[in-house]
Amino acid sequence: MTSLLEVKNIEVAYGKIVAVKDVSLTVNEGEIVTLIGSNGAGKSTTLRTISGLLKPKSGEITFKGDRIDGTPGHEIVGLGICHAPEGRRIFQRMSVRENLELGAFLRNDKAGVDSDMDRVLDLFPRLKERIEQRAGTMSGGEQQMLAVSRALMGSPKLLLLDEPSMGLAPVLVEMIFDTISKIRQQGTTILLIEQNAMAALEVADRAYVLESGKVKLSGKAADLRKNDEITKAYLGH
Amino acid sequence: MAKRPISNVTLSNRKWALGYTIAGALLFLIYQFLLPWNGLPDGIYRGVYQWMPPAAVNESLVYVIMALGLNIVVGYAGLLDLGYVAFWAIGGYCAGWFMSEFFYFLNIHFFGSVGLDRPGIHINFWMVLIIGGFVCALFGVLIGAPTLRLKSDYLALVTLGFGEIIPQVFFNGENFFGFNISNGTKGIVIVDPIPVGVKNLGPFDFGWKLLIFILLAAVMVFISLRLRRGRLGRAWLAIREDELAASMMGVPLMRTKLASYAVGAFAGGLGGVAFATHVNGVYAERFNFAISIFLLAMVVLGGMGNVWGVILGAFVLSWVNGTGLVAFGKTFNSQFGTNIDFASFTFLLFGLVLILMMLFRREGFLPESRLKLVLNEDELDTASEAKKAKK
Repeated sequence: MTSLLEVKNIEVAYGKIVAVKDVSLTVNEGEIVTLIGSNGAGKSTTLRTISGLLKPKSGEITFKGDRIDGTPGHEIVGLGICHAPEGRRIFQRMSVRENLELGAFLRNDKAGVDSDMDRVLDLFPRLKERIEQRAGTMSGGEQQMLAVSRALMGSPKLLLLDEPSMGLAPVLVEMIFDTISKIRQQGTTILLIEQNAMAALEVADRAYVLESGKVKLSGKAADLRKNDEITKAYLGH
Repeated sequence: MAKRPISNVTLSNRKWALGYTIAGALLFLIYQFLLPWNGLPDGIYRGVYQWMPPAAVNESLVYVIMALGLNIVVGYAGLLDLGYVAFWAIGGYCAGWFMSEFFYFLNIHFFGSVGLDRPGIHINFWMVLIIGGFVCALFGVLIGAPTLRLKSDYLALVTLGFGEIIPQVFFNGENFFGFNISNGTKGIVIVDPIPVGVKNLGPFDFGWKLLIFILLAAVMVFISLRLRRGRLGRAWLAIREDELAASMMGVPLMRTKLASYAVGAFAGGLGGVAFATHVNGVYAERFNFAISIFLLAMVVLGGMGNVWGVILGAFVLSWVNGTGLVAFGKTFNSQFGTNIDFASFTFLLFGLVLILMMLFRREGFLPESRLKLVLNEDELDTASEAKKAKK
């Protein structure tokens, strides 16, 4: 396994407030890696820095061996990192189809885009039924499916998912996590943020536990699931 | 809820071209041939001249050209521009500089429409159109580059400033660091006639100029519709909906917004050159802030984002402002023996219309279907929720 994404000692601040102090992590090709941690631990900030929405004050991010920190967000999409952001941020007033088409904005291979469209609609048959519907009128779960699908339409090597289960009914949470496994099987590497640590650790290969902007623990997901500290702090046992 | 397709919002390209050509040809035939025809009953002739004189139609068309440009910035990309008049002024002065005797100490001719012995710069009208368009596009980019990072309200403020500064520079341009760039309040007269091969179109060739303005407006409609359907159009719409999400899809925000500014400004340049030939001169006091608002009102009242709505808005507002109110006042006064100055109620009327529109038809005369959805979103949502509750 080769490492696809390498984050080395990044520090990220919003003005004077430092949100991420010292985070290093590695994502290998074909893995699902999850970042878990409480509110304000710096998970989303880390993700946003990787996808170029924020610039790190110090530290390095390399993707496929090339430095990408400081590269603007829209160029990072072209490199093969797609981000399904927190709060979904789908284009509410556009149809589901238009949303998906915008996900493939940078791609010129029409045949590839069409086949990816079929692929995501197979992953989420519900979206197929609603393809011409205005995205903002769908339920929260459907909108989340759309956010993930839209990111997949960019044909990413690495998919960044920010809280895909937030605010969803338990049945849908299960369904989303099943789909995440499926997406990995189809060859996309995934970096996943979750507050639902239990579910995340079940689906992930490895995990990093963030606390106040630092990596507190890391290791195989299966090991962390048995770790007393983790179960007490995040899994509520 | 019924599935409602909301993607195809514009007429197909071929259909509009046919309709537009027919309408344009009819207008041209009426004003060029039917109106001067001796057999025409006197009443009709006078009626047309009172209610819809040729000059008013031409002026409306110039407004159409510019409103279509502003529509790209405001309607498509969702950037509020309160200083669009600046591009009109720059386009106008391009015509003034390159198509008149203003630079009397020079003697440059390039397929111009006047004799070679005349001093000044005389470049062919069609080339000046393109020059004016590109100079404006350049200014659009220059203004946009440092300011487009601003969020909506702040951007509007900066454009407002720009729209004030440029006309003022021309207004006081008699001594611009020692150079006379605009002849100040005296303006630049006379702008060369338009050469169309067989003849030159002077001040009174309204019919032929009408045809030319119809053509220019058609170019803008074509550009608007083509861009709208293409990749750039989709990027604009995405930015209008959600900037951050758009950039996450790989839409380069700065470049896309700058493109909208450049295309919009280009149209302003076309309009400026066209207007200069329409009034045969460039007059600094014409370029004031009210024009920016006037153009914005055309876009908003007509239907932001919808080319046909914007055209309708431009025609209606420019007609009411220029002819309609005066003609109505004359008829009203002579009918009832009153002496009311209706033209002075222009702003009252516009204010009233704007308020009524915002109350009852926020999306404009001919709304873009997507925008209609946006503005009626709350009602739609509550309606569908009510339906659900019933079940």
